[in-house]
Amino acid sequence: MANVPDDLHYSKDHEWVRVEGDIGVIGITDHAQNSLGDVVYVELPKVGDSFSAHEPFGSVESVKAVSEIFSPVGGKVTEVNEALQDEPERVNTDPYGEGWMIRVRLTNPGEVDSLLSAAEYEDFTKAEAE
Amino acid sequence: MRYIPNSPEERAEMLKTVGLDSAEQLFDSIPADLLLRRPLETPAAISEMELLSGFEEMAARNRAARRPSFLGAGAYSHYSPTVVDHLIQRSEFFTAYTPYQPEISQGTLQAIFEFQTLVCQLTGMDVANASMYDGSTALAEAVLMAERVTRRKKVITSSAVHPEYLEVVDTYVQHYGIDFHRVETDEQTGLISAAGLNALDDQTAALVVQSPNFFGCVEDLGKLAERAHAVGALLIVAVTEAISFGFLRSPGACGADIVVAEGQSFGVPLSFGGPLVGLFATRDKYARQIPGRLVGEAYDKQGRRGFVLTLATREQHIRREKATSNICTNEGLIALAATIYMETMGRSGLQEVAAQCAQKAAYAARRISELPGFSLPYAAPRFNEFVVRAPVEAKDLLARLGSEKNITGGLALSRYYDDRPGDFLVCVTETNPRAEIDALVEGLRDLTA
Amino acid sequence: MTQSTNITKAAPHVTQNEALIFERSQAGRKGYRLPPLDVEETPLDEIVPAALRRDDDLEGVPEVSEVDVVRHFTRISTWNYSIDLGMYPLGSCTMKYNSRLNEKAARIAGFANLHPLAPEEDAQGALQLIYELEQALSEITGLAGVSLQPAAGAHGEMTGIMIIRAFIDARDGEGASANRRVMLIPDSAHGTNPASANLAGFTVRTIRSTVEGFTDLEHLRELCAHGDVAGLMLTNPNTLGLFEKNIKEICQIVHEAGGLVYMDGANMNALVGVARPGDMGVDVIHLNLHKTFSTPHGGGGPGCGPCCCTKELEPFLPVPRVVRDNDAYRLDFDRPQSIGRVKAFFGNFGMMVRALAYIQTHGPDGLREATEAAVLNARYVAAGLVSDFDKPFDAQPMHEVVFTDKRQSRKGVHTLDIAKRLIDYGFHPMTIYFPLIVQGAMLIEPTESVGRQELDQFVSAMRSIAREALEDPETVLGAPHSTRIGRLDEAAAARKPVLRWKPKQAASAA
Repeated sequence: MANVPDDLHYSKDHEWVRVEGDIGVIGITDHAQNSLGDVVYVELPKVGDSFSAHEPFGSVESVKAVSEIFSPVGGKVTEVNEALQDEPERVNTDPYGEGWMIRVRLTNPGEVDSLLSAAEYEDFTKAEAE
Repeated sequence: MRYIPNSPEERAEMLKTVGLDSAEQLFDSIPADLLLRRPLETPAAISEMELLSGFEEMAARNRAARRPSFLGAGAYSHYSPTVVDHLIQRSEFFTAYTPYQPEISQGTLQAIFEFQTLVCQLTGMDVANASMYDGSTALAEAVLMAERVTRRKKVITSSAVHPEYLEVVDTYVQHYGIDFHRVETDEQTGLISAAGLNALDDQTAALVVQSPNFFGCVEDLGKLAERAHAVGALLIVAVTEAISFGFLRSPGACGADIVVAEGQSFGVPLSFGGPLVGLFATRDKYARQIPGRLVGEAYDKQGRRGFVLTLATREQHIRREKATSNICTNEGLIALAATIYMETMGRSGLQEVAAQCAQKAAYAARRISELPGFSLPYAAPRFNEFVVRAPVEAKDLLARLGSEKNITGGLALSRYYDDRPGDFLVCVTETNPRAEIDALVEGLRDLTA
Repeated sequence: MTQSTNITKAAPHVTQNEALIFERSQAGRKGYRLPPLDVEETPLDEIVPAALRRDDDLEGVPEVSEVDVVRHFTRISTWNYSIDLGMYPLGSCTMKYNSRLNEKAARIAGFANLHPLAPEEDAQGALQLIYELEQALSEITGLAGVSLQPAAGAHGEMTGIMIIRAFIDARDGEGASANRRVMLIPDSAHGTNPASANLAGFTVRTIRSTVEGFTDLEHLRELCAHGDVAGLMLTNPNTLGLFEKNIKEICQIVHEAGGLVYMDGANMNALVGVARPGDMGVDVIHLNLHKTFSTPHGGGGPGCGPCCCTKELEPFLPVPRVVRDNDAYRLDFDRPQSIGRVKAFFGNFGMMVRALAYIQTHGPDGLREATEAAVLNARYVAAGLVSDFDKPFDAQPMHEVVFTDKRQSRKGVHTLDIAKRLIDYGFHPMTIYFPLIVQGAMLIEPTESVGRQELDQFVSAMRSIAREALEDPETVLGAPHSTRIGRLDEAAAARKPVLRWKPKQAASAA
C-alpha cells in the first residue's frame, strides 16, 4: 500500500510538492518509485533554470526504463539534491524525505490549489490501476 | 533443402496438426492479389562445389588481392595471427546472439569488457563502448555527441580527415542543424592550418582532426586540445590506422575528449571495406552521452562476478526517439577479432609491429624521395603513410605499375582531389618485405625514366 | 535447491573459473613473432619527435602466450549459448542456421584480401558480386533500387528515412517540405524506428493498433489529414507476427496524403518467395542480412542493412552505385541527388558474400520452402502453447507469435522469470517485453532451422514451466539454477558503472 502523506500536493504525473513559504520542494511519489523499480540515475536541472507547470525538468532511470519528471508547478530552481548523484536509491527508500529532487521559488503560489490533495491522489492511483 | 531440418513428410504431418491441408494455406491472411504466383527469378539452386567454383572465378578477377600492395587510406594490410580467425570461428562466438541474457552470454560479455578496456588503454581514455560500425560512422556519432554535450551547433574540422569520413559526417548532420565546417590544411606541413584554428570560437562544439591524418601527417594533438578547450569546445580525434596507437602518444594523454578509430588494422581482413569495426572512447564525465552498447561488471546473489549490458537507458530500445543513437547491431565478432589480436600481440607486440611499420615507411620515403623528379611535399612527421609527388600523372603511373610491374603502388589522390594530379599516398606495413619496397622504388624509377 | 524433473537439457554449461586476460597477464610473456626488421633503422627522433611518441610503454596491456590466448577464449566461449547448440526462439531476430559454406566463401582470398580502394579494373569480381546481390534482393523485394552500403538494420533504416526526406524536398521544394516533418510510427514498432526518424529530422507521431493487433486505419486517416505527414514506418508482418491485410489500403492512404511508406524488413522471413513489399505499395524497405539471409549474429554484429526502394527513389540512394557496362562493372559517383554516403567504402562486403551464397544455395524453390517452414514452425509452436499461455490475438500468426504471462502472473511469476527458467531447460529465452503494447510479451520465432523434435521439446519445456508457475513458483522465480552465474544485480551495475578493468582491481572471479 503506497504511502501518501497528507501535507503534500500531488500531480497526475505522480509528482509531489511541499510548500515552505514561497518555496516548493518537489519529488516523485511512493507509487511512482514503486512502479519504476530500482532507480539507478536521476537527471536534474541546474540552479537558475525555470519551468512552468507540466514542463519536464529531468528524468529518472531504472535499469530498463526511463521516465521524464514533470514540474507540478511553475518556478525557478533554487536548489538541487546533489546527493542523488551518488545515491539515486534514496528515491526508492525515502521518496518524500531524502529523495527530494529540486527546490523552486514558486512563480505563482496559488497554483498548488489546482493540484490533487492526498485523498484525491489516492483515488486517482486506484482508478488508474483499474 | 539441407538447411531445413524437417523433411517434406514431417512438414506434411505438422500441417495436419495445425489444421491445414497445404503449405499455401499458411498464407491465407495475405490478400490473394499480393501472393507471388511464380518462383522468384533469383539464381538457381546449386551445390557447394558449384557455388565455390563460381565464387572462386569471381574472386580471381580481383587482381589487386593477389599482388604486393602499398594501399592504405583508411584500410590497412597487416598480418593477422592464425589464432584470431580460428578462435572467432568457434560456434559459441560467431553463431551467438547479442548478449541480452547475460547468464548464457558471459563469453561474449567478458570479451567485450576486455575490448572496452584495451580500447581505453590504447586511446588513453576512460570509457569505451562495445564498438560502432566503423571509423567513419563512429566519427559522425562523435560529432552528434559533441552537440549533445555542449549544446553548440558549430563543428570545425580539419580538411585532412579522410574524405569519405567527412562525407559520412555530412550525411549524418544534414538534418541536425549542425554546421560542419572544413578549414584549410597547411600546404607546407600537411597539418591543420593556423588560419583554420582561428575559426574556433565560443559557438564551437568541437574541433575534429585525424592523426595521423589522411596525408599521413602526425598532428600536434596537445596543442590542438589547448586551442579547443580555450573556447570550451571538445577535441575529437579520429584515427584510421589503429596500429599507430603502438607508436604515437595516445590522444587521451594529449587531452582529447572523444577518440574514434577504425580498428580494422587489428587482425581484421580488408574484405573490400567491410565488415570493419569502429572504436569509440571518451571521458568518464561523458559516459552517459556515449552511443552504442556498454558492458559493465555486475555480481549475482552469491557474489560471483559477471558482465552485463548496462546503461541501456541511453539506447534506442528504451529511449526510442530520445536515444543517444539509433544503433542496435554493432560489430561484435569483429570487435572480438580485434580483441584477440590485441591480446595476442600484447604489450610488446603492438609496439614492435608499430615500430616496424614506421621504420619501413621511413626507408621507403627516403628511397622514393631520392628518385629523380619525385618529392615528398609535406614536412610534418609521419607514421606509416606519406604523400609522394610524381613528375607524371599519378593515376596513370600507378595503373602502369599495376599492369607492368604487378604492384599496387598506392592511392592516386585524384580519386578525391581535382587539384593534385601528380600526388599519390603510399602506405607501408610490416607485411611489405624490403624486396617489395625496393621493387616499388625500382618500378617507379623505370616507369619515369 | 529444487531440480527440474524429467526434461532433457539441450545445453549443459561447463563451469570454468576463467579470469580476465589482464588477470592472466605475466610480464615477459609473448604470443607472437614478427620477422626481423629488414631495413636500415632510422633514429626514432628523426621519424617522429619524442614529444609526439608514446611514452607509457603500453602499461596495463596484457602480456600472454599464444596458449594463454587460446585457452582463455576457448574457455569463455563455453559460457555462451549459440545457434549451433540449439534453437533461439527469439521473435524479431530470425536466428536461423549460419552455414559453414558461407563462411568459406567469405574467406576466399580474392575477397578477403581485397582493398576497397583497389582500382575498379582490379576489383571486378567484388563489383560483380555486389551487383548480383543487388539484383537478387531487388527481385525478392519487388523494388528496383538497392544499396548495400548500410552496415546494419538501423543504419539501413536511417538511410531509408533520409531518402524519403530528400525525395519530398525535391518534389515539394524545401519550403513546403519544411511543413511535412511528421513520421508516423505504430505503437508496436521497434525502438530503432523512432530513433532513426529523429536522426533524419522528423518528429514522431504514434499510430494506435486495434484490439485485434492491426494498424488502426481510422487513426491513420485522422493523422494523415493534418497534411504534415512525410511518411509511415511499418513492419509487415507486424511485430505481433500478424500480416497487415490492409497493407494496400494503408499505403494508399499515406500516398494520397502526400507521404511515403517505409517498411522495416525485420520480418521478411515470412515473405520471401511468397509476397513482395514492392507489390504492396511500399516505397522503401531495409533488409537485415543477419536475419533473413542467415549471416551470423556474431554476438552482436556485424550485420548488413541493405536499403531497397522504388525506381522513383533510386536517384537518392547512397553514393557510389555499381553499374554494369557490357561485361565490366564500374562505380558511378555522379549521383547529384544522392543523400550522400552513409559509410566509408561500400558496406559490409564480407556479409554480402555470405548472403549471396545463401541465395544461391537455396535457389528460388529453397527460398520459398524456407519461408513456408518458418511460418509452419511458428504455427506449430503456437498450437502447442495455447493451452497453457495467454495468446492475446486471435489472428493466425505468420513466422512469429506473441503470448503473455497473464495466467502465470496471477501466481507472481512474470515473463522475465519464465524466460530465465527456460534457460534451465536448455533453451535461450524468447524475446521478452517486446512489443511494448503487449503487457508481459513473449515473442516467439523458431525460424525454419528447427526440427520437429526440438520444437516439441521447447513446447514441453514451456508447458512444464507453466505447471511450475502454479505448483512451485519459487523454482521459477529463482531461475536460472543451472548456469555459471545467476541473475546479476543490474541496478547496482547501472548505479556505479564499472566499464573497464583497472590495475589493482580485486580479481573476484567465482
